[in-house]
Amino acid sequence: MVSNMPVIDTEKCDKCGLCISICKCGILVMGDDGVKAIESEDCSRCTTWCNTCELVCPTGAITCPFEVVLEDGRE
Amino acid sequence: MPINLDTIRGMPYFSGLDDSALAAVSRYFFEKKAVRGDTLVFEGAPAEVLYFVVAGVVKVFKTSADGKEQILHVIRPGDSFNDVPVLGGINLVSAAAMSAAVLNGIKKKDLEALSKEYPRIALNVINVLSQRVQEMIELVEDLSFRNVSGRVAKILLEHIGTGGGENPRLTQQEIAAMIGTAREMVGRSFRTLEEEGAIKIERNLIVITDKAALRKIAGIIE
Repeated sequence: MVSNMPVIDTEKCDKCGLCISICKCGILVMGDDGVKAIESEDCSRCTTWCNTCELVCPTGAITCPFEVVLEDGRE
Repeated sequence: MPINLDTIRGMPYFSGLDDSALAAVSRYFFEKKAVRGDTLVFEGAPAEVLYFVVAGVVKVFKTSADGKEQILHVIRPGDSFNDVPVLGGINLVSAAAMSAAVLNGIKKKDLEALSKEYPRIALNVINVLSQRVQEMIELVEDLSFRNVSGRVAKILLEHIGTGGGENPRLTQQEIAAMIGTAREMVGRSFRTLEEEGAIKIERNLIVITDKAALRKIAGIIE
C-alpha cells in the first residue's frame, strides 16, 4: 500500500520547523528527533498531498512520494 | 524591537561591514510580521521595501490572467526578496507568506543613502544582483530551451507501477534532480501534463489517463 503520509528522514531534519509552519493539514509536529507526521489507524488528514512541506524543506528531509499508475490498466 | 547585528552581518548586502557600520544600518531596519496568506508584495505596485525573511517561509510568484499561480522562488530564513525591483522600479512578481513569518525590511531610500555612505554596500548590492541575474538566466534556460514537461513525461512512463507500492516511488525532488531542473518546474510540468489530459493527480497517485499522449509529449516515436 502506498504511504498516505509524507516521509521524513530524521537524520536530515534540522528541526527548523518550516514544514510545520506551512502544513495546512496540521499533521506535522516536532518530536525529539525532528519533525514527525502524526499517525493514526485511518489517517487521511494529509488531505491534499500539496507537496508544500517538501518544497520548503531546506535540507530535503521531508518528501511526498507518489506512485505512477495507468488508469484502469489501459494502454 | 532592535535588529540583531549578527542577523544583519549574515545578510549578503551587509557582509564585510564593521560593527559601527552595522549599527548604523540597523537603525534603518524595521520588523514586519505576517500571517499565512498575507500578500507582502503586489505585482505591478511600486517597490519601496527590501525584505529579509527572519522566520517562516515566503513564496515569490506570478499569477496568470486566468488566475494560475507559478511559484518562482521559496524564500527561507536568511534570504531576501524584492531585490531587483527595489533597486529598479515596480514589482514584477508578488510575494506572500506561506506561514506565519517575521521579516526585516529596509526602505529603498534608506538603502540608497547607506550605499552612498558605505561603498562596500554598493559592491555587495552588485554581487547580490549578479546572483539574481544568474538565477533568472537559469529559469529562462529551463523555460526556453529545455522541454521540461517532455522529460517529466518520460520519467513518469519509466516508473509506471500498479499502485500496490511495490515500485520505487518518486518525489518531485527526485524528478527535479533526475532531469536537472528546479522542484518548482516539476510541479509546473505536472499541471501542464494535466491540462494536456495526459495525467491526473489523485493525491499521492499520478494516474496516466492517456499513455499515447504522454508518449508523444515525451518525444517517444512509435
